[in-house]
Amino acid sequence: MPEQLSGAAILIRALEHEGVDVIFGVPGGAILQAYDALYSSSIRHILARHEQGGGHMASGYAHATGRVGVTFATSGPGATNLITPLADAYMDSIPVVAITGQVRTTSIGLDAFQETHTWGISMPVTKHNYLVTNINEIPSTIREAFHVASTGRPGPVLVDITKDALADAMPWHGPVEIDLPGYRPSVQGHPRQVKAAMDEILASERPVLYAGGGILRARASEELRAFAEQQGLPVVTTLMARGAIPDSHPLTLGMSGMHGNYTASTAMQRSDLLIAIGARFDDRVTGNPDLFAPEARIIHIDVDPAEISKIRKADVPIVGDAKAVLRQLLDEGERRLKDGPAPTRTEWMDTLEGWRRDFPLAYVQDPDGPIQQQYVIDELCKHAGDAIVVAGVGQHQMWASQFWKFERPNAWINSGGLGTMGYAVPAAIGAKAGMPDTTVIAIDGDGCFQMTFQELITAAEEGIPVKIAVMNNANLGMVRQWQKLFYDDRYSATELSYTNPNIPMLAEALGCAGFRAETPDEVIPTIEKGLAVNDRPVVMEFVCDPDAMVFPMIVAGGSNDEILMGPEDISCNT
Amino acid sequence: MQHLITVTVENQPGVLARITSMFARRDFNIHSLAVGPTEDPTRSRVTMVVDGPEMEQIVKQLYKLIHVIKVTEHPQGEAIEREIMLVRVHADPKRRSEILNAANIFDATAVDVGASTITFEVVGEPMRLSDFLEFMKTYGIVSLAKSGRIALAKDAKSQNTKQKQTAKGA
Ligand SMILES: Cc1ncc(C[n+]2csc(CCOP(=O)(O)OP(=O)(O)O)c2C)c(N)n1
Repeated sequence: MPEQLSGAAILIRALEHEGVDVIFGVPGGAILQAYDALYSSSIRHILARHEQGGGHMASGYAHATGRVGVTFATSGPGATNLITPLADAYMDSIPVVAITGQVRTTSIGLDAFQETHTWGISMPVTKHNYLVTNINEIPSTIREAFHVASTGRPGPVLVDITKDALADAMPWHGPVEIDLPGYRPSVQGHPRQVKAAMDEILASERPVLYAGGGILRARASEELRAFAEQQGLPVVTTLMARGAIPDSHPLTLGMSGMHGNYTASTAMQRSDLLIAIGARFDDRVTGNPDLFAPEARIIHIDVDPAEISKIRKADVPIVGDAKAVLRQLLDEGERRLKDGPAPTRTEWMDTLEGWRRDFPLAYVQDPDGPIQQQYVIDELCKHAGDAIVVAGVGQHQMWASQFWKFERPNAWINSGGLGTMGYAVPAAIGAKAGMPDTTVIAIDGDGCFQMTFQELITAAEEGIPVKIAVMNNANLGMVRQWQKLFYDDRYSATELSYTNPNIPMLAEALGCAGFRAETPDEVIPTIEKGLAVNDRPVVMEFVCDPDAMVFPMIVAGGSNDEILMGPEDISCNT
Repeated sequence: MQHLITVTVENQPGVLARITSMFARRDFNIHSLAVGPTEDPTRSRVTMVVDGPEMEQIVKQLYKLIHVIKVTEHPQGEAIEREIMLVRVHADPKRRSEILNAANIFDATAVDVGASTITFEVVGEPMRLSDFLEFMKTYGIVSLAKSGRIALAKDAKSQNTKQKQTAKGA
């Protein structure tokens, strides 16, 4: 006779079978039964202080480890608090499974206490979602949820389980087989298309490899680099793909787009062939899509067919997994090399080199002036270059992407698609929980920090020593920058405070170590102090210039031909 | 431009909500919709007439839904298409026989007769329904209920359907 188990115990068994080692969440009435079963499981539970925190932790964990992140929440407010992290993970294709409790099946639709239509609310922000009202469905649903979340184009999956389904009992037969006739993601690219792509590449004079976050999801960095080297292709890494190829690699151009560097943006704009892999022609990359890369033919490789030709018509569409298709391209490239060497494209490479020389990313730190965030990021990178870096959303995020030297994949975690302020602290905690032996540094804004800093209590309690660098410019800096540039310096509702809260004192109160640097000469000592503490989380506050602006900049919806290199370009443009 | 598509889905609760939610979110427009069982009890068929130029995206986004198994686009004339309609028209006693005669030509069946109205049922190709409706406008339409369109692709080997088509058209 197989064991008779509660739905909750079966849920936990099923999660154990999926290899789950940690769950981030907050309990409550409807999910109490599951927490009771979790109590006697070897799975670690990390008690977030807010379900949004729990959700971002799961996403940070998934980002850093490549495994599915798991988050628990109760019905009603617990589930609604999860919506932001689900939407965030959906935009950035992060594999997350969220389990929410639901009121009893017989209470559904009656406005019961803490009832909310979680299935309906979460539908547009998940890859797939379920409402489970019968204990029988728990094993297959969990198997499906993990399969859907982690295969094809990854994404969040929510499983809403009623209280009675969790409380009922049935025999546990172990994991089950599933059949999803409508879900068969392609892996291999069509061989004919691969050949066609290689024809285009060999014929091109100004090719650019446009590498997106899909490269990292597919763990295809090695193949990307090998292919770029085989064909001598310069590589742009989008905000989501920083580190997909080392920044020190001679073929790396860095980030393009709204705050991309001149060379990367202009290379795409001038290219005659864009080879997009795991990228989706986001408006932050293309600017006005009608004016984007006007002379380029497009090879678009993506595991999600709907991304191909969604924004820009592809000349050679290839549906498939980035890693698999890159391997096919490498093989095809190898065959073609027998007919002769890959084109050298000296003129194009010289042009790129010239732009790199003439328009480098740079900053000036006046030793007697206010601290510049770029300087802090530069020094942090020099002191802890092998760390995983997590960013919030705003100016500090763009500078982190611009000035950190990314040398390996999956070392950069940020909220790219949704742009979720408050992402950094919990995502860093999730990343550190998954990679305890790696230094995890969050670069956060003072505005973002104040959205989710309470999760540092979680980190302190759970012994997860993350490091948070708060760039305190006493402003919602990115919004202020737009107000300065486009709204006549009318700083409506963007001013914060340098002193309130007192960040080092706050850090201490949360159970962390707190340090502050107010002048440039205090930056390095503060970093050194912060990196030396490893028995608890650390918050390093850097009191930064409120007037600094992120450049280069391409005005939203504008043409990527018009790159503002600094404030001086604004005056002549407006 | 309107396009006719049939979507074979897993017969699961909420599939229709997934489809309509996706259409709303992506700003696609549904002109008509009919859902019903198929020969296989584990599958349902959704027949849709959709507006707009983004057919490629619509089909791809439908395929992205986990419970969608197959999407078929039916180019004009390559499917058997049917709609049903109930239409109540003003029927002054003096004009009643004139209206009934006309209805006869359109193969419409009178299913309810009141003091000053007649209600017709019309089943058939969408064109025939709209022709009838157009014609009845001269008498005055009191109320109208119309089903979504249903369709099956024509059997590639059957000449039958084609002949029937031409016969009806003639
Ligand atoms: C949840 C959320 N609310 C509002 C915004 C709009 N927003 C984008 S950047 C930004 C300012 C961020 O300020 P801060 O964290 O101090 O970073 P800074 O730009 O100063 O580096 C705001 C309000 C957002 N992205 N996310």
